[in-house]
Amino acid sequence: MPLLEARDVHGGYGGMNILNGVNMLLEADQVGVIVGPNGAGKSTMLKAIFGLLHVNQGDILLHGEPIQNLAPNKLVQRGMGFVPQEKNVFPSLSVEENLEMGAFLKPGNVKRMLAKVYEFFPPLTEKRRQPAGELSGGQRQMVAMGRALMAEPTLLLLDEPTAGLSPLYMNEIFDRVREINAAGVGILMVEQNAKQALAIADKGFVLAAGQNRFTDTGEALLADPDVAKSFLGG
Amino acid sequence: MNELVFFINNVIISGSVTGSIYAIGAIGVTLIFSIMRFAHFAHADMMTFGAFMVLLLTAAFPAAGASLGVPTALLMLPLAMVLTAALAVGIDKAFYKPLRAHGVKPIVLVIGSLGVTLMLQGLIRLFAGTSGQSLYVDDRKEIFRLAVPFESVRAPIVITEPQIYLFILTLVAVVALHLFLSRSRLGKAMRAMSDNPDLAQASGINTQMIVAVTWVIAGGLAAIAGTLLALDVTFKPDLSFFILLPIFAAAIVGGVGHPYGAIAGGFVVGFAETLAVFNWNILLRPFQDSLPAWLELPSNLAFVSSEYKIVVPFFILVAILVWRPTGLFKGKVI
Repeated sequence: MPLLEARDVHGGYGGMNILNGVNMLLEADQVGVIVGPNGAGKSTMLKAIFGLLHVNQGDILLHGEPIQNLAPNKLVQRGMGFVPQEKNVFPSLSVEENLEMGAFLKPGNVKRMLAKVYEFFPPLTEKRRQPAGELSGGQRQMVAMGRALMAEPTLLLLDEPTAGLSPLYMNEIFDRVREINAAGVGILMVEQNAKQALAIADKGFVLAAGQNRFTDTGEALLADPDVAKSFLGG
Repeated sequence: MNELVFFINNVIISGSVTGSIYAIGAIGVTLIFSIMRFAHFAHADMMTFGAFMVLLLTAAFPAAGASLGVPTALLMLPLAMVLTAALAVGIDKAFYKPLRAHGVKPIVLVIGSLGVTLMLQGLIRLFAGTSGQSLYVDDRKEIFRLAVPFESVRAPIVITEPQIYLFILTLVAVVALHLFLSRSRLGKAMRAMSDNPDLAQASGINTQMIVAVTWVIAGGLAAIAGTLLALDVTFKPDLSFFILLPIFAAAIVGGVGHPYGAIAGGFVVGFAETLAVFNWNILLRPFQDSLPAWLELPSNLAFVSSEYKIVVPFFILVAILVWRPTGLFKGKVI
Protein backbone atom coordinates (compact mmCIF):
# COMPACT_ATOMS: atom_id res chain seq x y z
CA MET A 1 0.00 0.00 0.00
CA PRO A 2 1.40 3.41 -0.92
CA LEU A 3 2.28 5.84 1.87
CA LEU A 4 0.67 8.78 0.17
CA GLU A 5 -1.58 8.97 -2.82
CA ALA A 6 -3.13 12.10 -4.34
CA ARG A 7 -5.68 11.72 -7.09
CA ASP A 8 -6.73 14.66 -9.23
CA VAL A 9 -6.53 17.20 -6.36
CA HIS A 10 -8.18 20.58 -6.93
CA GLY A 11 -8.07 23.28 -4.30
CA GLY A 12 -7.22 26.85 -3.44
CA TYR A 13 -8.09 29.85 -1.35
CA GLY A 14 -11.51 31.51 -1.39
CA GLY A 15 -13.03 29.77 -4.42
CA MET A 16 -10.00 30.37 -6.65
CA ASN A 17 -8.32 27.09 -7.51
CA ILE A 18 -4.55 27.02 -7.45
CA LEU A 19 -4.34 23.26 -7.79
CA ASN A 20 -5.98 22.02 -10.96
CA GLY A 21 -5.62 18.27 -10.78
CA VAL A 22 -2.42 17.10 -9.06
CA ASN A 23 -1.58 13.41 -8.88
CA MET A 24 1.03 11.91 -6.62
CA LEU A 25 2.11 8.48 -5.50
CA LEU A 26 4.74 7.96 -2.85
CA GLU A 27 5.74 4.60 -1.38
CA ALA A 28 6.79 4.20 2.22
CA ASP A 29 10.48 5.03 2.79
CA GLN A 30 10.70 7.09 -0.39
CA VAL A 31 11.84 10.68 -0.81
CA GLY A 32 9.50 12.69 -3.03
CA VAL A 33 10.45 16.12 -4.31
CA ILE A 34 8.09 18.72 -5.76
CA VAL A 35 9.74 21.23 -8.08
CA GLY A 36 8.46 23.76 -10.56
CA PRO A 37 8.35 27.48 -11.30
CA ASN A 38 7.06 30.12 -8.90
CA GLY A 39 3.30 30.04 -8.56
CA ALA A 40 3.05 26.43 -9.77
CA GLY A 41 1.27 25.42 -6.58
CA LYS A 42 4.13 23.47 -4.95
CA SER A 43 3.72 24.78 -1.41
CA THR A 44 -0.03 24.92 -1.93
CA MET A 45 -0.04 21.19 -2.62
CA LEU A 46 1.90 20.53 0.57
CA LYS A 47 -0.58 22.65 2.55
CA ALA A 48 -3.50 20.85 0.92
CA ILE A 49 -2.05 17.51 2.04
CA PHE A 50 -1.64 18.83 5.59
CA GLY A 51 -5.22 20.13 5.77
CA LEU A 52 -4.29 23.81 5.77
CA LEU A 53 -6.10 24.45 2.52
CA HIS A 54 -9.50 23.31 1.35
CA VAL A 55 -9.50 20.52 -1.20
CA ASN A 56 -12.51 21.05 -3.49
CA GLN A 57 -12.16 17.94 -5.59
CA GLY A 58 -10.12 14.76 -5.66
CA ASP A 59 -8.76 12.44 -2.97
CA ILE A 60 -5.73 12.37 -0.76
CA LEU A 61 -4.97 9.04 0.88
CA LEU A 62 -2.52 8.30 3.68
CA HIS A 63 -1.85 4.57 4.12
CA GLY A 64 -4.87 4.03 1.87
CA GLU A 65 -7.27 6.05 4.02
CA PRO A 66 -8.82 9.29 2.78
CA ILE A 67 -7.50 12.31 4.71
CA GLN A 68 -8.44 15.31 2.61
CA ASN A 69 -9.68 18.28 4.66
CA LEU A 70 -8.89 16.65 8.02
CA ALA A 71 -7.63 19.12 10.65
CA PRO A 72 -3.82 19.30 11.01
CA ASN A 73 -3.81 17.96 14.57
CA LYS A 74 -5.74 14.88 13.40
CA LEU A 75 -3.13 14.36 10.69
CA VAL A 76 -0.33 14.58 13.24
CA GLN A 77 -2.10 11.80 15.13
CA ARG A 78 -2.15 9.74 11.93
CA GLY A 79 1.58 10.06 11.47
CA MET A 80 2.10 13.17 9.38
CA GLY A 81 4.61 15.88 10.23
CA PHE A 82 4.82 19.29 8.59
CA VAL A 83 7.66 21.83 8.58
CA PRO A 84 6.52 25.18 7.19
CA GLN A 85 8.95 27.30 5.22
CA GLU A 86 8.72 30.34 7.45
CA LYS A 87 7.90 30.87 11.11
CA ASN A 88 8.67 27.24 11.76
CA VAL A 89 9.90 27.52 15.37
CA PHE A 90 8.49 28.96 18.60
CA PRO A 91 10.97 31.83 19.02
CA SER A 92 10.56 32.46 22.76
CA LEU A 93 10.64 28.78 23.71
CA SER A 94 13.98 27.07 24.26
CA VAL A 95 15.21 24.54 21.71
CA GLU A 96 14.24 21.67 23.99
CA GLU A 97 10.77 23.13 24.65
CA ASN A 98 10.29 23.50 20.89
CA LEU A 99 11.08 19.82 20.48
CA GLU A 100 8.79 18.85 23.38
CA MET A 101 5.91 20.64 21.65
CA GLY A 102 6.43 18.34 18.66
CA ALA A 103 5.60 15.38 20.90
CA PHE A 104 2.61 17.13 22.47
CA LEU A 105 0.28 14.30 21.48
CA LYS A 106 2.71 11.62 22.62
CA PRO A 107 4.13 12.85 25.93
CA GLY A 108 5.40 9.36 26.75
CA ASN A 109 7.80 9.62 23.81
CA VAL A 110 9.59 12.80 24.84
CA LYS A 111 12.72 11.32 26.45
CA ARG A 112 13.38 8.70 23.80
CA MET A 113 12.66 11.00 20.85
CA LEU A 114 14.71 13.87 22.29
CA ALA A 115 17.74 11.58 22.36
CA LYS A 116 17.02 10.55 18.77
CA VAL A 117 16.60 14.12 17.50
CA TYR A 118 19.81 15.27 19.23
CA GLU A 119 21.51 12.36 17.49
CA PHE A 120 20.25 13.56 14.08
CA PHE A 121 21.15 17.18 14.84
CA PRO A 122 24.17 17.22 17.19
CA PRO A 123 24.56 21.06 17.08
CA LEU A 124 21.23 21.37 18.92
CA THR A 125 22.50 19.53 22.00
CA GLU A 126 24.49 22.44 23.37
CA LYS A 127 21.79 24.95 22.39
CA ARG A 128 19.00 23.10 24.17
CA ARG A 129 18.42 25.84 26.76
CA GLN A 130 18.66 28.72 24.28
CA PRO A 131 15.52 30.40 22.88
CA ALA A 132 14.99 29.16 19.32
CA GLY A 133 14.53 32.74 18.13
CA GLU A 134 18.21 33.42 18.82
CA LEU A 135 19.52 30.65 16.55
CA SER A 136 20.93 30.98 13.04
CA GLY A 137 18.77 30.09 10.03
CA GLY A 138 20.30 26.65 9.60
CA GLN A 139 19.98 25.75 13.26
CA ARG A 140 16.41 26.98 13.26
CA GLN A 141 15.66 24.66 10.35
CA MET A 142 17.12 21.80 12.40
CA VAL A 143 14.86 22.71 15.33
CA ALA A 144 11.88 22.84 12.97
CA MET A 145 12.64 19.43 11.49
CA GLY A 146 13.41 18.03 14.93
CA ARG A 147 10.09 19.28 16.26
CA ALA A 148 8.21 17.51 13.46
CA LEU A 149 10.20 14.30 14.04
CA MET A 150 9.30 14.23 17.75
CA ALA A 151 5.84 12.83 16.94
CA GLU A 152 7.47 9.89 15.08
CA PRO A 153 5.83 10.62 11.73
CA THR A 154 5.69 8.10 8.91
CA LEU A 155 5.50 10.96 6.42
CA LEU A 156 7.38 14.24 6.82
CA LEU A 157 6.37 17.23 4.70
CA LEU A 158 9.11 19.84 4.23
CA ASP A 159 8.37 23.21 2.62
CA GLU A 160 11.59 24.57 1.09
CA PRO A 161 13.84 23.45 3.93
CA THR A 162 16.93 25.07 2.40
CA ALA A 163 15.40 28.46 1.50
CA GLY A 164 17.75 31.26 2.48
CA LEU A 165 20.49 28.98 3.80
CA SER A 166 24.17 29.17 2.90
CA PRO A 167 25.43 26.37 0.57
CA LEU A 168 27.20 24.78 3.54
CA TYR A 169 24.00 24.46 5.55
CA MET A 170 22.07 23.48 2.43
CA ASN A 171 24.20 20.37 1.97
CA GLU A 172 23.92 19.64 5.67
CA ILE A 173 20.11 19.76 5.47
CA PHE A 174 20.02 17.52 2.37
CA ASP A 175 22.27 15.04 4.20
CA ARG A 176 19.95 15.06 7.21
CA VAL A 177 16.92 14.55 4.99
CA ARG A 178 18.56 11.47 3.56
CA GLU A 179 19.46 10.16 7.02
CA ILE A 180 15.95 10.73 8.34
CA ASN A 181 14.61 8.87 5.31
CA ALA A 182 17.06 6.05 5.90
CA ALA A 183 15.62 5.76 9.42
CA GLY A 184 12.28 4.86 7.85
CA VAL A 185 10.46 8.16 7.45
CA GLY A 186 8.85 8.96 4.10
CA ILE A 187 9.67 12.49 2.91
CA LEU A 188 7.80 14.84 0.61
CA MET A 189 9.49 18.17 0.10
CA VAL A 190 9.15 21.28 -1.99
CA GLU A 191 12.49 22.63 -3.20
CA GLN A 192 13.81 25.59 -5.14
CA ASN A 193 17.24 23.99 -5.48
CA ALA A 194 15.76 21.54 -7.92
CA LYS A 195 18.92 19.82 -9.17
CA GLN A 196 20.27 19.01 -5.72
CA ALA A 197 16.87 17.94 -4.48
CA LEU A 198 16.12 15.68 -7.44
CA ALA A 199 19.50 14.06 -6.93
CA ILE A 200 18.29 12.60 -3.65
CA ALA A 201 14.70 12.00 -4.81
CA ASP A 202 13.14 8.61 -5.43
CA LYS A 203 10.16 10.40 -6.94
CA GLY A 204 10.09 13.81 -8.58
CA PHE A 205 6.96 15.81 -9.35
CA VAL A 206 7.37 18.76 -11.69
CA LEU A 207 4.33 21.02 -11.26
CA ALA A 208 3.28 23.90 -13.48
CA ALA A 209 0.06 25.89 -13.26
CA GLY A 210 -1.29 23.56 -10.60
CA GLN A 211 -0.88 20.36 -12.61
CA ASN A 212 1.71 17.63 -13.01
CA ARG A 213 3.96 18.41 -15.96
CA PHE A 214 6.44 15.58 -15.46
CA THR A 215 6.41 12.73 -12.94
CA ASP A 216 9.25 10.25 -12.76
CA THR A 217 12.17 9.12 -10.64
CA GLY A 218 14.55 11.91 -9.63
CA GLU A 219 17.27 10.44 -11.77
CA ALA A 220 15.10 10.22 -14.89
CA LEU A 221 13.86 13.78 -14.48
CA LEU A 222 17.42 15.08 -14.17
CA ALA A 223 18.33 13.24 -17.37
CA ASP A 224 15.26 14.41 -19.31
CA PRO A 225 16.29 17.24 -21.67
CA ASP A 226 12.75 18.73 -21.68
CA VAL A 227 12.71 19.02 -17.89
CA ALA A 228 16.23 20.41 -17.89
CA LYS A 229 15.40 23.02 -20.50
CA SER A 230 12.14 24.28 -18.99
CA PHE A 231 12.63 23.86 -15.28
CA LEU A 232 16.23 23.31 -14.28
CA GLY A 233 17.78 26.23 -16.10
CA GLY A 234 19.38 24.18 -18.93
CA MET B 1 11.35 58.06 62.70
CA ASN B 2 7.63 58.65 62.94
CA GLU B 3 7.83 60.01 59.44
CA LEU B 4 9.42 56.80 58.20
CA VAL B 5 6.64 54.72 59.75
CA PHE B 6 4.18 57.01 58.04
CA PHE B 7 5.99 56.39 54.75
CA ILE B 8 5.91 52.62 55.27
CA ASN B 9 2.19 52.68 56.05
CA ASN B 10 1.18 54.99 53.24
CA VAL B 11 3.56 54.04 50.48
CA ILE B 12 5.19 50.66 51.01
CA ILE B 13 2.15 48.79 52.31
CA SER B 14 -0.45 50.70 50.35
CA GLY B 15 1.60 50.53 47.14
CA SER B 16 2.15 46.79 47.54
CA VAL B 17 -1.57 46.24 48.05
CA THR B 18 -2.51 48.21 44.94
CA GLY B 19 0.39 46.72 42.98
CA SER B 20 -0.53 43.13 43.88
CA ILE B 21 -4.13 43.58 42.77
CA TYR B 22 -3.10 45.29 39.53
CA ALA B 23 -0.51 42.58 38.92
CA ILE B 24 -2.94 39.68 39.31
CA GLY B 25 -5.50 41.46 37.14
CA ALA B 26 -2.92 42.33 34.50
CA ILE B 27 -1.66 38.73 34.30
CA GLY B 28 -5.17 37.64 33.27
CA VAL B 29 -5.49 40.41 30.70
CA THR B 30 -2.07 39.65 29.24
CA LEU B 31 -2.67 35.86 29.08
CA ILE B 32 -5.95 36.38 27.24
CA PHE B 33 -4.22 38.78 24.86
CA SER B 34 -1.33 36.43 24.20
CA ILE B 35 -3.63 33.52 23.29
CA MET B 36 -6.61 35.26 21.66
CA ARG B 37 -5.05 38.57 20.59
CA PHE B 38 -7.70 40.89 21.94
CA ALA B 39 -8.04 43.27 24.87
CA HIS B 40 -10.57 41.71 27.22
CA PHE B 41 -12.43 44.63 28.75
CA ALA B 42 -14.78 42.41 30.73
CA HIS B 43 -11.88 41.31 32.89
CA ALA B 44 -12.64 43.73 35.72
CA ASP B 45 -16.21 42.53 35.96
CA MET B 46 -15.02 38.95 36.05
CA MET B 47 -13.06 40.08 39.11
CA THR B 48 -16.23 41.57 40.59
CA PHE B 49 -18.09 38.37 39.79
CA GLY B 50 -15.50 36.38 41.75
CA ALA B 51 -15.85 38.69 44.74
CA PHE B 52 -19.64 38.49 44.43
CA MET B 53 -19.49 34.68 44.52
CA VAL B 54 -17.39 34.94 47.68
CA LEU B 55 -19.97 37.31 49.15
CA LEU B 56 -22.83 34.91 48.39
CA LEU B 57 -20.97 31.90 49.76
CA THR B 58 -19.89 33.81 52.86
CA ALA B 59 -23.45 34.93 53.48
CA ALA B 60 -24.62 31.34 53.08
CA PHE B 61 -22.05 29.87 55.51
CA PRO B 62 -21.04 32.81 57.71
CA ALA B 63 -19.47 30.79 60.49
CA ALA B 64 -17.44 28.36 58.37
CA GLY B 65 -14.12 30.15 58.82
CA ALA B 66 -14.25 30.64 62.56
CA SER B 67 -13.48 26.99 63.34
CA LEU B 68 -10.32 27.16 61.21
CA GLY B 69 -9.29 30.62 62.33
CA VAL B 70 -9.37 32.19 58.86
CA PRO B 71 -11.86 34.69 57.45
CA THR B 72 -14.82 32.82 55.95
CA ALA B 73 -14.40 34.81 52.73
CA LEU B 74 -10.93 33.38 52.25
CA LEU B 75 -12.19 29.86 52.83
CA MET B 76 -14.78 30.39 50.09
CA LEU B 77 -12.24 31.76 47.61
CA PRO B 78 -11.28 28.42 45.99
CA LEU B 79 -14.93 27.66 45.27
CA ALA B 80 -15.45 31.18 43.90
CA MET B 81 -12.40 30.68 41.68
CA VAL B 82 -13.96 27.53 40.22
CA LEU B 83 -17.27 29.33 39.64
CA THR B 84 -15.55 32.32 38.03
CA ALA B 85 -13.45 30.03 35.83
CA ALA B 86 -16.68 28.30 34.74
CA LEU B 87 -18.22 31.69 34.01
CA ALA B 88 -15.18 32.68 31.94
CA VAL B 89 -15.33 29.47 29.90
CA GLY B 90 -19.09 29.94 29.50
CA ILE B 91 -18.75 33.54 28.34
CA ASP B 92 -16.16 32.46 25.80
CA LYS B 93 -18.42 29.68 24.48
CA ALA B 94 -21.45 31.97 24.29
CA PHE B 95 -19.97 35.20 22.98
CA TYR B 96 -16.33 35.15 21.88
CA LYS B 97 -16.09 31.72 20.28
CA PRO B 98 -18.85 32.35 17.71
CA LEU B 99 -17.16 35.65 16.83
CA ARG B 100 -13.78 33.95 16.44
CA ALA B 101 -15.41 31.26 14.26
CA HIS B 102 -16.50 34.06 11.92
CA GLY B 103 -12.90 35.21 11.74
CA VAL B 104 -13.72 38.73 12.92
CA LYS B 105 -11.10 41.40 13.53
CA PRO B 106 -9.84 41.73 17.13
CA ILE B 107 -11.65 45.05 17.56
CA VAL B 108 -14.99 43.24 17.21
CA LEU B 109 -14.02 40.99 20.12
CA VAL B 110 -12.99 44.06 22.14
CA ILE B 111 -16.39 45.67 21.57
CA GLY B 112 -18.02 42.33 22.36
CA SER B 113 -16.18 42.26 25.67
CA LEU B 114 -17.50 45.75 26.44
CA GLY B 115 -20.99 44.32 25.97
CA VAL B 116 -20.14 41.45 28.31
CA THR B 117 -18.85 43.92 30.90
CA LEU B 118 -22.12 45.87 30.89
CA MET B 119 -24.10 42.68 31.13
CA LEU B 120 -22.09 41.26 34.01
CA GLN B 121 -22.19 44.53 35.91
CA GLY B 122 -25.93 44.81 35.41
CA LEU B 123 -26.49 41.26 36.60
CA ILE B 124 -24.37 41.74 39.70
CA ARG B 125 -26.16 45.03 40.49
CA LEU B 126 -29.48 43.29 40.09
CA PHE B 127 -28.64 40.74 42.79
CA ALA B 128 -26.21 42.60 45.03
CA GLY B 129 -27.63 46.11 44.98
CA THR B 130 -25.44 49.16 44.58
CA SER B 131 -24.31 49.81 48.13
CA GLY B 132 -21.04 48.61 49.63
CA GLN B 133 -21.07 45.34 51.56
CA SER B 134 -18.36 43.91 53.75
CA LEU B 135 -17.06 40.46 52.92
CA TYR B 136 -16.63 40.06 56.67
CA VAL B 137 -20.11 38.88 57.50
CA ASP B 138 -19.72 37.05 60.77
CA ASP B 139 -16.07 37.71 61.55
CA ARG B 140 -14.11 40.86 62.19
CA LYS B 141 -11.37 42.43 60.05
CA GLU B 142 -8.26 42.01 62.15
CA ILE B 143 -5.93 45.03 62.24
CA PHE B 144 -2.35 44.51 63.38
CA ARG B 145 -0.43 47.41 64.90
CA LEU B 146 3.24 46.58 65.01
CA ALA B 147 5.09 48.81 67.46
CA VAL B 148 8.50 49.88 66.21
CA PRO B 149 11.17 49.24 68.87
CA PHE B 150 12.55 52.80 69.03
CA GLU B 151 11.82 55.14 71.88
CA SER B 152 11.04 58.20 69.81
CA VAL B 153 8.52 56.35 67.64
CA ARG B 154 4.94 56.60 68.71
CA ALA B 155 3.10 55.53 65.56
CA PRO B 156 2.88 51.80 64.85
CA ILE B 157 3.13 50.09 61.46
CA VAL B 158 -0.45 49.24 60.58
CA ILE B 159 -1.32 46.26 58.44
CA THR B 160 -4.67 44.52 58.16
CA GLU B 161 -5.34 40.81 58.04
CA PRO B 162 -6.61 40.81 54.42
CA GLN B 163 -3.47 42.69 53.36
CA ILE B 164 -1.30 39.93 54.80
CA TYR B 165 -3.38 37.31 52.97
CA LEU B 166 -3.12 39.46 49.85
CA PHE B 167 0.68 39.39 49.91
CA ILE B 168 0.76 35.65 50.58
CA LEU B 169 -1.79 34.84 47.85
CA THR B 170 -0.08 37.07 45.30
CA LEU B 171 3.20 35.33 45.95
CA VAL B 172 1.58 31.89 45.70
CA ALA B 173 -0.29 32.81 42.51
CA VAL B 174 2.83 34.20 40.83
CA VAL B 175 5.02 31.22 41.78
CA ALA B 176 2.32 28.76 40.73
CA LEU B 177 1.87 30.52 37.39
CA HIS B 178 5.62 30.55 36.82
CA LEU B 179 5.90 26.82 37.50
CA PHE B 180 2.87 26.14 35.29
CA LEU B 181 4.25 28.11 32.34
CA SER B 182 7.82 26.87 32.59
CA ARG B 183 7.42 23.25 33.70
CA SER B 184 4.05 21.82 32.69
CA ARG B 185 3.21 20.47 29.27
CA LEU B 186 0.05 22.59 29.03
CA GLY B 187 1.85 25.73 30.18
CA LYS B 188 4.54 25.30 27.56
CA ALA B 189 1.86 24.66 24.95
CA MET B 190 0.23 27.94 26.00
CA ARG B 191 3.49 29.79 25.45
CA ALA B 192 3.93 27.98 22.14
CA MET B 193 0.47 29.03 20.99
CA SER B 194 1.17 32.60 22.02
CA ASP B 195 4.39 32.50 19.96
CA ASN B 196 2.98 30.94 16.82
CA PRO B 197 -0.62 29.63 16.75
CA ASP B 198 -0.32 28.04 13.29
CA LEU B 199 2.75 26.06 14.22
CA ALA B 200 1.14 25.06 17.52
CA GLN B 201 -1.72 23.55 15.56
CA ALA B 202 0.68 21.89 13.12
CA SER B 203 2.40 20.31 16.13
CA GLY B 204 -0.85 18.65 17.12
CA ILE B 205 -1.58 21.02 20.01
CA ASN B 206 -5.33 21.26 20.53
CA THR B 207 -5.71 25.01 20.37
CA GLN B 208 -9.36 24.91 21.47
CA MET B 209 -8.28 23.27 24.68
CA ILE B 210 -5.53 25.85 25.24
CA VAL B 211 -8.13 28.60 24.83
CA ALA B 212 -10.30 26.94 27.48
CA VAL B 213 -7.32 26.52 29.84
CA THR B 214 -6.51 30.21 29.38
CA TRP B 215 -10.03 31.18 30.42
CA VAL B 216 -9.87 28.90 33.45
CA ILE B 217 -6.62 30.50 34.61
CA ALA B 218 -7.78 34.03 33.83
CA GLY B 219 -11.09 33.41 35.61
CA GLY B 220 -9.40 31.93 38.67
CA LEU B 221 -6.93 34.80 38.91
CA ALA B 222 -9.73 37.33 38.39
CA ALA B 223 -11.61 35.81 41.34
CA ILE B 224 -8.48 36.13 43.51
CA ALA B 225 -7.86 39.76 42.52
CA GLY B 226 -11.51 40.78 42.92
CA THR B 227 -11.90 39.09 46.29
CA LEU B 228 -8.67 40.51 47.69
CA LEU B 229 -9.70 43.97 46.57
CA ALA B 230 -13.14 43.60 48.11
CA LEU B 231 -11.60 42.26 51.33
CA ASP B 232 -9.25 45.21 51.56
CA VAL B 233 -12.10 47.71 51.20
CA THR B 234 -15.72 46.59 50.76
CA PHE B 235 -17.61 44.85 47.99
CA LYS B 236 -19.31 47.09 45.43
CA PRO B 237 -20.66 46.16 41.97
CA ASP B 238 -18.40 48.70 40.27
CA LEU B 239 -15.38 48.26 42.52
CA SER B 240 -13.18 46.46 40.00
CA PHE B 241 -14.55 48.35 37.02
CA PHE B 242 -12.81 51.45 38.33
CA ILE B 243 -9.43 49.76 38.21
CA LEU B 244 -9.90 48.31 34.71
CA LEU B 245 -7.86 51.06 33.06
CA PRO B 246 -4.93 50.92 35.52
CA ILE B 247 -4.88 47.14 34.99
CA PHE B 248 -4.64 47.62 31.23
CA ALA B 249 -1.95 50.24 31.77
CA ALA B 250 -0.07 47.71 33.91
CA ALA B 251 -0.34 45.00 31.24
CA ILE B 252 0.92 47.37 28.54
CA VAL B 253 3.67 48.87 30.69
CA GLY B 254 4.97 45.36 31.38
CA GLY B 255 4.86 44.33 27.72
CA VAL B 256 1.60 42.97 26.33
CA GLY B 257 1.43 39.19 26.25
CA HIS B 258 4.22 38.84 28.78
CA PRO B 259 3.02 37.42 32.14
CA TYR B 260 6.17 38.42 34.08
CA GLY B 261 5.92 41.86 32.53
CA ALA B 262 2.35 42.12 33.81
CA ILE B 263 3.56 41.48 37.35
CA ALA B 264 6.28 44.12 37.05
CA GLY B 265 3.84 46.51 35.35
CA GLY B 266 1.29 46.01 38.12
CA PHE B 267 3.76 47.02 40.81
CA VAL B 268 5.21 49.90 38.77
CA VAL B 269 1.74 51.35 38.24
CA GLY B 270 0.62 50.61 41.82
CA PHE B 271 3.64 52.29 43.40
CA ALA B 272 3.57 55.17 40.94
CA GLU B 273 -0.01 55.90 41.97
CA THR B 274 0.78 55.76 45.67
CA LEU B 275 3.95 57.82 45.39
CA ALA B 276 2.21 60.44 43.27
CA VAL B 277 -0.47 61.18 45.85
CA PHE B 278 1.87 60.85 48.84
CA ASN B 279 2.39 64.08 50.75
CA TRP B 280 6.16 64.52 50.73
CA ASN B 281 5.88 67.37 53.19
CA ILE B 282 5.75 64.81 55.97
CA LEU B 283 9.14 63.36 55.07
CA LEU B 284 10.73 66.79 54.64
CA ARG B 285 9.33 68.37 57.78
CA PRO B 286 12.14 67.10 60.08
CA PHE B 287 14.65 68.93 57.90
CA GLN B 288 12.76 72.23 58.07
CA ASP B 289 15.35 73.68 60.49
CA SER B 290 18.28 73.07 58.18
CA LEU B 291 16.50 74.65 55.21
CA PRO B 292 17.07 78.35 54.43
CA ALA B 293 14.64 80.54 56.28
CA TRP B 294 13.02 81.98 53.13
CA LEU B 295 11.98 78.48 52.00
CA GLU B 296 8.65 77.63 53.53
CA LEU B 297 7.45 74.08 52.92
CA PRO B 298 3.92 74.05 51.57
CA SER B 299 1.60 71.92 53.67
CA ASN B 300 0.74 69.67 50.74
CA LEU B 301 3.67 68.47 48.68
CA ALA B 302 1.98 65.67 46.73
CA PHE B 303 2.72 65.45 42.99
CA VAL B 304 -0.98 65.29 42.21
CA SER B 305 -3.99 65.58 44.46
CA SER B 306 -5.74 62.30 45.07
CA GLU B 307 -8.71 63.22 42.85
CA TYR B 308 -6.33 63.00 39.91
CA LYS B 309 -4.87 59.66 40.94
CA ILE B 310 -6.46 57.98 37.91
CA VAL B 311 -4.23 59.92 35.48
CA VAL B 312 -1.03 58.55 37.01
CA PRO B 313 -1.20 55.11 35.34
CA PHE B 314 -1.58 56.82 31.98
CA PHE B 315 1.31 59.15 32.61
CA ILE B 316 3.47 56.12 33.44
CA LEU B 317 2.06 54.30 30.41
CA VAL B 318 2.98 57.09 28.01
CA ALA B 319 6.39 57.66 29.63
CA ILE B 320 7.33 53.97 29.42
CA LEU B 321 6.00 53.51 25.89
CA VAL B 322 8.08 56.49 24.72
CA TRP B 323 11.15 55.02 26.37
CA ARG B 324 10.48 51.36 25.49
CA PRO B 325 7.71 50.93 22.89
CA THR B 326 7.24 47.22 23.64
CA GLY B 327 6.98 47.66 27.42
CA LEU B 328 9.41 46.83 30.21
CA PHE B 329 9.68 43.23 29.06
CA LYS B 330 9.66 42.68 25.33
CA GLY B 331 5.94 42.30 24.63
CA LYS B 332 4.04 41.79 21.42
CA VAL B 333 3.87 44.67 19.01
CA ILE B 334 0.24 45.70 18.80
